[in-house]
Amino acid sequence: MFYREAGQYKTSYAADMAIFPIRQDRIGIAVILLIAFVIIPVFGNQFFLSSVMIPTLVFSLAAIGLNILTGYTGLISLGTAAFMGVGAYACYKLTSWFPGVNILVWIIASGFVSAGVGALFGLPSLRIKGFYLVVATLAAQFFLQWCFVRIPWLVNYNTSGAIEVPERTLFGVVITGANATPTARYLVLLSVVAALTWFASNLVHGRVGRAWMAVRDMDIAAELMGIRLLTTKLLAFAVSSFYCGVAGALMVFLWYGSAEPEVFVINQSFLVLFMVIIGGLGSLIGSFMGAALIYMLPIVLRMLPAALGLPIASATVEHLQFIIVGALIIVFLIAEPHGLARLWQTGKQKLRIWPFPY
Amino acid sequence: MTKRKAGVARRVLAAAALLGATALGSAATIGQAAAQEGIYVPLFTYRTGPFAGSGIPIADGMRDYLTMLNERDGGIGGVKIVLDECETGYDTKKGLECYDAVKGKKPVVVNPWSTGITLPLIPKASVDKIPILSMAYGLSASARGDIFPWVFNPPDTYWDGLGIILRYIGQQEGGLEKLKGKKIGYIYFDGGFGKEPIPLFEQLAKDFGFDLKLYPVAPGDMQNQSSQWLSVRRDRPDFMVMYGWGAMNPTAIKEAAKINYPMEKFVSIWWPGEDDIRGTDGAKGFKMINWHGIGTDYPALKDIQKFVVDKGLSKANKDKVGELLYNRGVYNSLLIAEGIAQAQKITGKKAVDGADVRRGLENLNLDEARLKELGLAGFTGTLKLTCDNHNGHRPAFIQQWDGAKWVKITDPIEPMPDKVKPLLDAAAQDYAEKNPGWPKRSEPCDKAS
Repeated sequence: MFYREAGQYKTSYAADMAIFPIRQDRIGIAVILLIAFVIIPVFGNQFFLSSVMIPTLVFSLAAIGLNILTGYTGLISLGTAAFMGVGAYACYKLTSWFPGVNILVWIIASGFVSAGVGALFGLPSLRIKGFYLVVATLAAQFFLQWCFVRIPWLVNYNTSGAIEVPERTLFGVVITGANATPTARYLVLLSVVAALTWFASNLVHGRVGRAWMAVRDMDIAAELMGIRLLTTKLLAFAVSSFYCGVAGALMVFLWYGSAEPEVFVINQSFLVLFMVIIGGLGSLIGSFMGAALIYMLPIVLRMLPAALGLPIASATVEHLQFIIVGALIIVFLIAEPHGLARLWQTGKQKLRIWPFPY
Repeated sequence: MTKRKAGVARRVLAAAALLGATALGSAATIGQAAAQEGIYVPLFTYRTGPFAGSGIPIADGMRDYLTMLNERDGGIGGVKIVLDECETGYDTKKGLECYDAVKGKKPVVVNPWSTGITLPLIPKASVDKIPILSMAYGLSASARGDIFPWVFNPPDTYWDGLGIILRYIGQQEGGLEKLKGKKIGYIYFDGGFGKEPIPLFEQLAKDFGFDLKLYPVAPGDMQNQSSQWLSVRRDRPDFMVMYGWGAMNPTAIKEAAKINYPMEKFVSIWWPGEDDIRGTDGAKGFKMINWHGIGTDYPALKDIQKFVVDKGLSKANKDKVGELLYNRGVYNSLLIAEGIAQAQKITGKKAVDGADVRRGLENLNLDEARLKELGLAGFTGTLKLTCDNHNGHRPAFIQQWDGAKWVKITDPIEPMPDKVKPLLDAAAQDYAEKNPGWPKRSEPCDKAS
């Protein structure tokens, strides 16, 4: 009734092709941004900000990164955690060499380091596809993980073998280290994630994104149409790793505050891959939905018995949570194999003809 | 889209909306829960995941000792202890989540029970005014109370552990100088914890002239050590030293038995439990360091059985009470309880907070008389912490597996403070220097009471 575009006339091609062609969608996105930037920091408590929102945003960004590679370009990767690690270690090295430079600059710069490493490991993608590429990226995961453990230079020879995040400020406000408030960390993280999402959205809707999708749908056909596979695939690897690298740097600097190499193990790669699959391949909003479902749901399930006053031991809750999340993932995949993003699309479609469906 | 499928989609959407709503609702209630009456002690435990085998007995021991104090004495100094278990699964992410969840409830101390969780919490401790008790794990350098006023890691660091092991090996050979030309193998968890002793090990190898062979076990390969043990078989070290955790311990013991490595020459740091070794043929003779008693022949342990286990308040099986890692948990809780008791004594307050307990831990003094008073005479050696020394660097003994149980075979052996101290100081200085703005200790030091 309310959600329909009747009466909204497009007078230019640009308006017709806009990412949010319907006015209600634009209002919707404005409301979401308002909630994210104003309502949540004002009303959310510390736990909600630092243990729910911050991790979810970090994983959303990593999922966007993997989605660019897997969802848009059709190249499956299991090296996400390793590329996140490259970003984190690069950021740590850069900020310890040049402590005076703003940490945000280094967080973005570490994305470029990760992009370089990603492009390097993307080279085999020109010759191999599918499962074989998975194996190649798996090699990247193991090799980089090995480096994180074995090269003490990466952690400035700390005896703990871990990154120890120093204190850094932005406009005089502490944003990393123990003295940073969750609100400050959340707002910085949200700004980076929002900006990079906007950038990714432009990228995938433009020429580059169309080239990626053409390669995904049929690479030989794409090649015949004049898309150069080498540059397209490597660009996908580079951009994807850039996003993962930034996500990794944000994860360690704005969330963990200290990271052992064990943080970047293959399980994390799987976690992000699940987020992408559950959220929806080839969808940015799906990346957010997938991250939210996979990361928030367990927390909610853990909190639920205590909130309801049920006397269930925390270990039992943990077991139950594994069962429930696993079952829900299967239910979601059966109900909608194309992920939450498609479910969202379907929902919007139904809303358009509501309350008189035909 | 078919009608049926649309119906499914609608239901799923409704379910998702419901979940989202509960997410916001329940997240909002967390942290706002009114502080309950009593002293809030959260226990970070892992009864799930790959390390649950070690995590469950420890969690039970910690919980049961404090529950016993509640049941027998009505808490500490008349104030009930409010226990709250938070499941970490030995996962850093979940550990941090636990920390954020309990932070609002004013915990007096946290026990991360994972080096990975301890490290990110160390800088937070002084900001949030919550002391960290990482009992014989975590950052070794945090033994320096002048640099890490909020972190405690008694009774020994991993470096002390290595000193004790080598002293013991020296005794076996008839003196440390007899180690010259010997070959000592080191099989370790290839992460922060296992790698930490290597600099000391290498230095000692140089000082005493023995040959050090390293056998790292990657975290992902804990249950697959055949290649390492193949190398051991080839190198035939005179002694093997192990720093392992979780599934690594039973696997190493099995592999050692398989290649017929002489078990009495295989010495481990303090983490293997009975379940890691029981049932392994040929494991008889295996040795490890320990610093506390096993079994229930102590009045306090009897009280745990009487007030907790027999009343059905424990989660542990009856026969598990008094096992090695269970008693390790009891020891951990003994330190918590003593920290709180000392804090009450110093401040004169009943309901102490984190800052008070930090002072309490700093003035911890478990002497023979106090141990006897607590019903733990002979359970463990004395322990005295000071402002500068947050560790104690206590002697520990070696115990041996006789095929069915652990048998204490030595008197307590001193660590090697002269070798360890320079490393410790360097590591602590290094930590403070690499973290610009690391706060100088501002907490005043209580005069020993």
